[in-house]
Amino acid sequence: MNIPGSSILRSVAGSGGARDSAASISRREAWARRLPLLPAFIYVFLVTQIPFVLTIYYSFFSWNLLKPGSFRFSGLDNYSGLITDESTRIAVWNTVLLTVSVIAISVILGTGVAMLLNSEVFGKGLMRTLMIAPFLIMPTAGALIWKHTLLNPLYGLLPWLLTPFGLGRIDFVGQAPMVTVVTVEVWRWTPFMMLIILAGLQSQNPEVLEAARVDGANAFQAFRRITLPLVRPFIELGALLGSLFVVQTFDSIYVLTAGGPGEDTTNIPYRLYIVAFQGFSIGQASAIGVVAVIVTIIVATFALRTLFTIFQVEARR
Amino acid sequence: MPIRSRIVWSVVGWVVVLLFFFPVLWMWLESLKTEPQAASSPPTFFFVPTLSTFQEVLSGDFPPFFINSAIASIVSTLLVLVLGLPAAYALAIRPVKRTQDFLFFFISTRFLPFAASLVPLYLLARDLQLLDNILALVLIYTTINLPLGVWLLRSFLLEIPPDLFEAARVDGASFRHEIFRIVVPLISPGLAATSLICLIFSWNEFFYAVNFTSSVAATTPIFLVGFISGRGLFYAKLAAAATVSSLPVLMAGWIAQKQLIRGLTMGAVK
Repeated sequence: MNIPGSSILRSVAGSGGARDSAASISRREAWARRLPLLPAFIYVFLVTQIPFVLTIYYSFFSWNLLKPGSFRFSGLDNYSGLITDESTRIAVWNTVLLTVSVIAISVILGTGVAMLLNSEVFGKGLMRTLMIAPFLIMPTAGALIWKHTLLNPLYGLLPWLLTPFGLGRIDFVGQAPMVTVVTVEVWRWTPFMMLIILAGLQSQNPEVLEAARVDGANAFQAFRRITLPLVRPFIELGALLGSLFVVQTFDSIYVLTAGGPGEDTTNIPYRLYIVAFQGFSIGQASAIGVVAVIVTIIVATFALRTLFTIFQVEARR
Repeated sequence: MPIRSRIVWSVVGWVVVLLFFFPVLWMWLESLKTEPQAASSPPTFFFVPTLSTFQEVLSGDFPPFFINSAIASIVSTLLVLVLGLPAAYALAIRPVKRTQDFLFFFISTRFLPFAASLVPLYLLARDLQLLDNILALVLIYTTINLPLGVWLLRSFLLEIPPDLFEAARVDGASFRHEIFRIVVPLISPGLAATSLICLIFSWNEFFYAVNFTSSVAATTPIFLVGFISGRGLFYAKLAAAATVSSLPVLMAGWIAQKQLIRGLTMGAVK
């Protein structure tokens, strides 16, 4: 798979291969080498792969935990149910919308903040320390603080601040639920992007930029032609890792909107939660699980590739 | 950079950073207010700080949740180190065949959505009487963090000069000797980075906690979301509990900022 951002990971995985060649070793030696690996490998295999196979298996059955004896083979019914069910389409769409917008916005903001922190501003260390706090705060705690003390229409700080502008006491969570979820997630993921992109900027040789400036390049040209190509792998890595986390967003939706109003902010993980733990439909939940795996792979490849075609076009101009 | 633009960019930078930090600061401020001050309209900005809310939270029903979080995070982190270090050794120092395949197997499991295995794991936990048992969370958090741990520890192991192992092998050192005499002392920053990242992910984890526990084994995020309904909305109390819940990870992350990037990128960015 050629996923953007995986190049750094692949270079990590590939490094060190020549250290102690595994090519010509005896079978006994091969097993002696394998032994330390086995406990971790077997553990991860048992807890992730066997349940996944069972998920696929259950997805062909109709089974409600609350109805004893309801376990029966139902073929592709769960899947055809998902396709005709509007809730699934909404959940898939919301997942893609949430992931793409959170990653795009936090990459842009993260790049901006990283560039500020990489320049000669006063108090860089403290700025960085304060900046990473949103990422470290417990997500449920962060979402609760946003919802109740910042956005609450009656007592929240933000509606009060906006009152002089004639906006009234806006109910953000009720009136713009998706915008609210995206905002809280961007608040959380921008520091993550900033950290990775800042590391990329700091690996840059300042003399190259200086030389470009001497040659008459303005700040914008220098950024696009020199800085951006250099930090691009870091941006890709941040976006790749970030999207794999954001696609699983559950905490902030649970706290902020409970998937609502209606199903306006229900994404795949939240839909799965409703079907599995409110409806106890094991077969249907398993089918959603299989869909989630497919969507994760698609989001990780196509959405990101699209995002980076934009970057590449930008960089080439 | 000329001094004038330095000042301008500093101001811009501080405004942006303080905007991002503000919700955290506001959480702290709310936690130091009395209940009527915390939920007032207009919001209260000037007040005499009080620690009484913290006292109330810490003497109430909150501590068992905190202890459960600590057990789940610390035990799963130790398991990751115990299982992950030998595995990392087998993928770095004396590599097994198909090292890359194993590495990608591990990382692909980290990013398999939890939806893929949730239902069978839930049924298994139910049949083994592990629902609302902290052991279930320990085992799940170990699974979540082990792939990260293997990658991260491996990236640190690769930095140890190979000569050290050659010399030890000539002296006839055993695997255990190599681990405890060479590896552990040399990669203590790696062990710290791995522990930090495992702590962050397991301490903050909510999805499995909310579905696999109810009362006995419930962790701090479960206590916090209890404010949505059950306990009614007490803003100061909520803010104080949120502050205490976030403190361990916030402190650990702030102290080990350097390890943070390396941990989050599984050793790719140093």
